[in-house]
Amino acid sequence: MSDFLTSSHLLSVEDLTTDEMNGIFRTADSFLDLSSRTVKKVPSLRGKTLVNLFYEPSTRTRTSFEIAAKRLSADVINITTSQSSVVKGESLLDTVRTIEALGADGVVIRHPSSGVPEWISRRVGCHVINAGDGLREHPTQALLDLYTILKRKGRFEGLQVAIVGDILHSRVARSNIRALTRMGVRVRLVGPPTLIPQDTKGWNVEVVHDLKEGVRDCDVVMALRLQLERATASFIPSLKEYARLYGISPGILRIAKPDVLVLHPGPINRGIEIQDEESFHSHSGILDQVHFGVGIRMAVLYLLMAGQ
Amino acid sequence: MNSIDPSDASLPLRPDSSSPGRKILLESDQIERMIRRMAHEILERNQGSCDLYLVGILQGGGVLAKRLAERIQAIEGKPVSLGTVDITLYRDDLSTRASPPFLKESLLPESVDHKKIILVDDVLYTGRSVRCALDLLMDLGRPTLVQLAVLIDRGHRELPIRADFVGKNIPTGRDEVVEVSLEPQKETVALLRRTIEKDPA
Repeated sequence: MSDFLTSSHLLSVEDLTTDEMNGIFRTADSFLDLSSRTVKKVPSLRGKTLVNLFYEPSTRTRTSFEIAAKRLSADVINITTSQSSVVKGESLLDTVRTIEALGADGVVIRHPSSGVPEWISRRVGCHVINAGDGLREHPTQALLDLYTILKRKGRFEGLQVAIVGDILHSRVARSNIRALTRMGVRVRLVGPPTLIPQDTKGWNVEVVHDLKEGVRDCDVVMALRLQLERATASFIPSLKEYARLYGISPGILRIAKPDVLVLHPGPINRGIEIQDEESFHSHSGILDQVHFGVGIRMAVLYLLMAGQ
Repeated sequence: MNSIDPSDASLPLRPDSSSPGRKILLESDQIERMIRRMAHEILERNQGSCDLYLVGILQGGGVLAKRLAERIQAIEGKPVSLGTVDITLYRDDLSTRASPPFLKESLLPESVDHKKIILVDDVLYTGRSVRCALDLLMDLGRPTLVQLAVLIDRGHRELPIRADFVGKNIPTGRDEVVEVSLEPQKETVALLRRTIEKDPA
């Protein structure tokens, strides 16, 4: 009767079929209803333990997973590597095996190296959820971005989306490109040549270097964060020039469709990739993304961990 | 097995010609009369429909709750609150299943606070679904009271739960399945023997 996630991990949107993605969206709908209740908790993951293991800084993803797990009644433990045995030189695998031996049923991992969650998933018995690995994938972010688009636009078919900014260093962009094209959305990458990967042939996308041309007739404009901590600044002449050429402003949005939706995975460098957000408030889906993110992560945790 | 309701002795166990092993226990007009009687009993016990809130347990209780609400409305001449709840997230067997079931949509248009809740299900069996629904209701607010209405009570309770309003008590074996269909004009209650699939090994 029902279709389920075939994998017991969530490592990449590549592993998800369109049916599975739609199943996650449908499940998220039910969980969003919970946030309007007096008691926002349900007992579905009671007695299960989820560990948040973050080797990179994060506020919204970690908090979002924590709230999602707690609303499902799971116990949540947060490990920030700067305050853990990792600084004493413990290896990644030892850390994860220790967490598993302590009785964790699931681990949410963020790591600066691509492929780490997948490597871990082949070596442990608990569920592994990728919360961002290097430049490769950030599957729950892509799912919540798609879900926000679905909720605001009501469909995927025929939509035109522009992803603007530092595509080269963005795992969010990679996950989104995979998921959006799979759902039949036309994707345009917009950014300076230095920040767009050399080979985008297999991606099924259009590449545009001029922002005005890039946002033309777009239903959704997805601005990416300029990752200043990854030395992105050395790929562009100056932040000021980048802001002038690629910043999303009310003027630029007039070129897009009248009902254009603006998304940003956060945290925003205000005045650089997004300018004067207050003046296009009704077009912004940025806080929706945060709200829907909890529902998406509850759906993922429920579908992965409630059974078995 | 002893039946609780003496009238059970007269159950017309009519074999279904289209499906051998399936016996039709109740037919449309009998079911319609049962629903009508239950509506009157609910109104009598609660002295009218003031603050009544009929809540069907999905999947089977949704349609019955709607039918009872329509009856009550016809008798009292004013609308009665109606909703449905999906108890999947409160099930006690989630962690024993290979994969979790998909969720259905609960629809509760009004708050349950200060309401007289009539929980409605088609078949009362182990009582575990009712336990789930009670826990869910308590998480939603504080109803004045909760009563339980079921079309069929088939016995085999595993929890100390009983119904306040019963359409019919039907003694069953654990290897049997009670099938309720409330499709208008074609309502039936049938008894099937559970087919045990033989292990090929």
